Parts: sequence; structure tokens; C-alpha cells
Amino acid sequence: MVETANVIAGQTYNYKVIRQFSIMAIIWGVIGMAVGVYIAAELTWPWLNNIFDVPYFTFGRLRPLHTNTVIFAFGGSALIGTSYYVVQRTCHVRLISDKLASFTFWGWQTVIVLAAITLPLGLTTTKEYAELEWPIDILITFVWVAYAIVFFGTIVKRKVSHIYVANWFYGAFIITIAMLHIFNNMAVPVSWWKSYSAYAGVQDAMVQWWYGHNAVGFFLTAGFLGMMYYFVPKQAQRPVYSYRLSIVHFWALIFTYIWAGPHHLHYTALPDWTQSLGMVMSLILLAPSWGGMINGIMTLSGAWEKLRSDPILRFMIVSVSFYGMSTFEGPMMAIKTVNALSHYTDWTIGHVHSGALGWVAMISMGSLYYLIPRLFGRTLYSLKLVEIHFWTATIGVVLYITAMWVSGIMQGLMWRAVNADGTLTYSFVESVQAMHPYYLTRWLGGVFFLAGMLIMAYNIFKTVTSSEVTKVNDAVVAPALAH
Amino acid sequence: MFDSGVFTSLYWEWHIIILTVGGILGCFALILWLGGDRPKDEKVETMGHVWDETLEEYNNPLPRWWLNMFYLTLVFSIVYLILYPGLGSFAGILGWTELKEYKLEMEAAETRYGPIYAKYAKDSIEALAKDPEAVQLGHRLYMTYCTICHGSDARGIPGFPNLRDDDWLYGSNPEAIEGTIKNGRNGMMPTALQNNLKEDAEITSVVQYVLSLSGAQHDQTKVVSGEKVFKKICFACHGMDGKGMQALGAPNLTDNIWLYGGSVEQITETVSNGRQGKMPAHGEFLGSDKVHLLASYIYSISSQNDNTVAVK
Repeated sequence: MVETANVIAGQTYNYKVIRQFSIMAIIWGVIGMAVGVYIAAELTWPWLNNIFDVPYFTFGRLRPLHTNTVIFAFGGSALIGTSYYVVQRTCHVRLISDKLASFTFWGWQTVIVLAAITLPLGLTTTKEYAELEWPIDILITFVWVAYAIVFFGTIVKRKVSHIYVANWFYGAFIITIAMLHIFNNMAVPVSWWKSYSAYAGVQDAMVQWWYGHNAVGFFLTAGFLGMMYYFVPKQAQRPVYSYRLSIVHFWALIFTYIWAGPHHLHYTALPDWTQSLGMVMSLILLAPSWGGMINGIMTLSGAWEKLRSDPILRFMIVSVSFYGMSTFEGPMMAIKTVNALSHYTDWTIGHVHSGALGWVAMISMGSLYYLIPRLFGRTLYSLKLVEIHFWTATIGVVLYITAMWVSGIMQGLMWRAVNADGTLTYSFVESVQAMHPYYLTRWLGGVFFLAGMLIMAYNIFKTVTSSEVTKVNDAVVAPALAH
Repeated sequence: MFDSGVFTSLYWEWHIIILTVGGILGCFALILWLGGDRPKDEKVETMGHVWDETLEEYNNPLPRWWLNMFYLTLVFSIVYLILYPGLGSFAGILGWTELKEYKLEMEAAETRYGPIYAKYAKDSIEALAKDPEAVQLGHRLYMTYCTICHGSDARGIPGFPNLRDDDWLYGSNPEAIEGTIKNGRNGMMPTALQNNLKEDAEITSVVQYVLSLSGAQHDQTKVVSGEKVFKKICFACHGMDGKGMQALGAPNLTDNIWLYGGSVEQITETVSNGRQGKMPAHGEFLGSDKVHLLASYIYSISSQNDNTVAVK
């Protein structure tokens, strides 16, 4: 199956930009998760909000910093970095422009630093996951266009006729995020750091959740499916399970996801027909999502025993399982009657984290463990530490999401409970009080997950600073003869 | 005026209907096309493409259970879109709307819970304030509708009055309390400018005079000029003696109870920029029976100087 690599003389892949993104992914991961653990502590012990007599470290200011750092800084760096690796190696050609690739790295990091400054200062558009003010939005647009040029330019220059499936997903992610970012952030600036949305009322809400849900669908799903389609078969050393399944679930997924946003606005001023449409499309989304899970997990068929010995593969397979679980939970929560209970409760937070920690973070961790030793020409410092990281992370996710299931359902039930005379059984503050043990458990889950991330950072630090260097295998490989 | 047509233009309706139906049928077509051909017990071959030295793809058939699940969600969606609104202005054959569901639930609740409250409508507030059952009903209503502003202990928060003391902005008699809940109140302290108070010195001195009214610590040197300002301007609402006027909702300034705080800074802020207090009207929202019981509860906790009627 494996032919001797037929190297094209003198040509190398651009690994520098991938090294930069990979290392920053880990650094931002540590920072973003640490902020998450801190704000979880603020919810558990509210006096923490007041220990400094300034507003910058209160929950309201730090929460968008947490979400932006983990999604766009950690997730974004991992996605852009791995996409550069995958697109080069599966197109058998170097990135079309080193300068433009370098601009995407420095531009993206600038965006993140600006976010880290402006969000605690309270400069925000108040749109969830799109809080950054207009000057930063414009910078993001430039960086993203450059990213698209580098990625698609490299695809155009490819030396193989067929485009590998991972690139379809990365490509869908890049195009859709560009569209979502531009349309949701249309705004009228009134000063350097203040703007008003171009849309009003329920339309603004609809555009926001069209964006918000597809930030989940295309940033946190399609992009990471691209990652899965390269790194799972590579690590498992098995062919992808089903080409035709990848076609069906790719097209069905990207068609259906874009409609699902209205399920965030059930029982609001949004017209009835729009809500129904969001609900049915969310239900249809179940099968296309599971198509990805099947293709990921079944790629391992015939090689299950590898799970026992390879903690990196275990990261990947468990992440795909969490993907399957949260993409079952999502359509279920989009059903109006379920949503009537789950909406506005911690259940939503738990759902997001089973996707974000279980799927997004764990597939990134597995992929980075595969990737970084190859990028730096070194062997991984300790597989034992990967094993420990795997268990710490898994315990963390499980603690987190079970705590939020219980507290979310309890919240929903407490809010809707009525006495025999029709009045509310519980005041709001009673429901807040009842959350305390679950907030504590959630915080503990976060501590576990962060501890795992710190172990990873240490392991990677020891790996890349190791004195035992082998040659980095960045020579461009000629396509196999089958083409 | 509200025009729902602004939000649901018929022009876009057809774009969306076609995309929705076309998309669902497209999904059908996709899985019919790629799910139909199922090789039986053949050795599964790879597609013959190789990327990056080792990446290959099998072409296993789509799992049957997965296909069935996909068909099921598609069929469900079509049935749902026929029964419920979802395709533009087509209302769905069940005629369901969110508004109708709300109205039905509200009517059902009224039928079920209405009589519980109607029972007490004829009794006087004074009498109900002594009836533990009525007070308990009122307390529950209070916990449901009033705690957000007045607190679960009814002791208020800055800007929202304490309901347990015997200081009343609009009067303590049952009718005044009931009127406040039913019709709401708009408290308005004008700004310094609106009061024709143009100089800072006038503001600082009148603040000191106001402090002196309740016997708080104050700067004696400013009281005389402050009193002049007060008796020229402020007396119109707060009275010559500063004891306020309930007909206007103007607070008594001689007690030591402060709605917006009694520090020099807070009073200066009140005098300089005015205050806007709003008690929303609840008559239409809750109906007169519930308002009546709520008023009885409020009366019970205030008139007897902290509740002597035990409330669980």
C-alpha cells in the first residue's frame, strides 16, 4: 500500500507557519481554558467578582474573552495550522505564498491580542461570539481573505486530480465563515470603538443566530471534520471507511446547517414559520452529522486493538464519539417542546461544552500530538503524559457535562413549577441557590480539563526543545502513481 | 404602527419555500442515489486514489440503519411542514400559531386559577390583611411578580421603595396601595436645570439644608442660603416643612429614609440630575382580583409594622 516516497528534488512544504500556529494553539488553549476555569469559579463563589475593585475581571467582561479565546484563538489557530498542513500534503504542493501565509499568522494573532484588550475594557458589540468591535472585524476580514487565497490557491495548484475529503470540509469552513462574519458584523460605526448593528429588532436577532449557529456548524464542526478526515486515518493507518458516505454527509451537512439558526429563537418574536423551519432543518441535521461520526469511528474497523496502546488515537476516537453525542443532543434540543424546557438553562452550556471540550478540543489535541513532533523533527517527549492527559481531559468533560445536565434540567423544572394557585413555586434566586453544587462540579471539571492542557503544554515544550533532532520530513512528495 | 408584512415580505417567501422544499427533496435524491447501490458481501475495494503517501478511501455502502434514520427525519420534516406553519405564509393545516397556543394556555390558567382569587374580591383589604390564607396567596403573588424590584423580603433596593417601613410615597391607606399596583406610578424629581437652579452654590447649599431636615450631619454655614433656595423652589412639591406631599409622590425629607441614598454625593446627584421612578401598572396584566390580594399582602406587612401575620 505504501509506496516509497518519491520526493520532488529541492521542493519543501511550508512548515514554519504551521509550527507557529500549532504552538500558539496550545498557548491560547491554556489561556482560554484558564479564563474559563476562573469565570466558572466566579459563578460558584460570586464574591470573586469583587475581589478587585474594577470591572475588568467580572464575569460579564471575562466571559466573552473566554469564548473568543477558546473558539477563535485556540480553535482558530489549530484549524488554520492543520489546514495548511493538510492542504499542502494532500495537494502535494507548497503553499502558494509564504508571505501571505505569514500575514495570516501575524494578523490572526493581532486580532486575538486586540480581543484580549478590548473585551475586558467592555468594548463590545454585544453579539454573542461576534463581540469584537468594527476595526477588529475589518482586520479579521483581511486576514480571512488572505487565508482563503492561500488555501484555495494551493488547491488550484495541486498535483493530484482528486481533492482529498479533508479539504472539502476546510474549504466549506473558510467560505462560510467569510460570509457569516461579513453579514453579521454589518454595522454603522459612531466612533472608533462603538458601532450599531445594521439590522434592527428580530431581524438583528435572526442574523445573529444565523451567524451564531453556523459559527458552531462551520467553525466548530466543518473545520474540525476536515481535521478528523486527515489525522484519524493517518494515526490509525487505515483508509477512510466510506467515500460515498463522505459525499452524502458533506453535502447534506453544509446544506442543512445553514438553516438551523432559528432554533435559538423559539417562542420569541420570530415569525412562526421561521421557527418551524429552523426546527425541521435541525432534525434533518442529525443524520448528516452522524455520517461524519460513522466515517471517523469506522475508519478504525479492523484496527480496534490500536485503541488500547495508542492514547493519541484514543483522543481522536473519543472526540468523534462526543461529536456524535452532542449532534444527537442538538437536534433534540431544537425540538420546540424540549426547547421550552432547555432554553436559557445550563443545559445549553453543557451541550456547547460537550461539543467544545469533548469534540473540538480533543480532536485538536490528538491532531497536535500527531503533528508537532513531525513539524519539529523530534519524537514526542512522553506518551505516558499523553495517556494521563487523555484521562484528565475525559474526566473533566464528563464532570462538566453531567453537572450541566442536572443543573440545566433542574433549572428548567424549577422555573416552570407552579403552585396550586398558579403562582411560581420558586423565586429566581432559589433556582440560583440550587445551582451551587453543580457549579462547583462544573468548576472542578474545568480544573481537570485545564490540568490536562497544562500537561500537554509541558509535554510539547519538552518535545520541541529536545536536543535529539531528526531531519524534518518536509520534502514535497510526488503524487502516487495511481493518479 | 406594527406591520408584520415588514418582516415577512411575500417576495422572499417564494425564494425560501423553493429552497426549503428543493433542499429536502435534494437530500432525498442524494441518499436515494448513493444509498441504493449496495454491493453484497463483496470485498470492499479502495477508490484507487492515494494522497500523501498513505491516505486512501474505501467505498463502503451507507449503513442501512443510518439511511433509515435519514429517511425518517426527512419524512417527519415534510409532514411537519404540512401540519404546521413553515413554508412562508402557508399556515399549515392544523392552523397552529404561537399566539393561539399562548391564548389557550392563558385561558386554561384563568379557568383553573381565576376562582381561587375571585373568592376574595368582595372582602375589604383591611379584612383580608388579617386572613392568613389570603395573605399567603398575596405573598405568593408578591414572590412571583414583585421581588425583581422590591426584593424577596420586600425591603426594596436603592430606587425601589422598602414596603415594610411606614414611609409611603403615595399614601398608606388600602385604596392608595391598590391604586399604585393597579395603575402604576411615575415618580419624577426634575433636574436642577428644570428647577431653574443654575448655580452650583445653590445646589450645594440646598443639599446641606436637606441634610439638616432629617438631622443628618451638615454644614451649618450653608443652611441659611439653602433654606432660601428650598423655600423658593423645592417647597412646591416637598412642602414648606419638607414633609413631602403624597398626592404628588414627593418624599418626606425629614425622616431618615432615602430612596436614592442619603449621602452628600447621592443627594447632590438627585438635585442635579433629577430622578425617574417607575412603578409599572399591573391592573391589566394581573386582573383586579390578584391586584386586590397583592394590595392586602402589602398592607399586611406594612400597617402592622413588620408582619404579625405569619407567612410561610
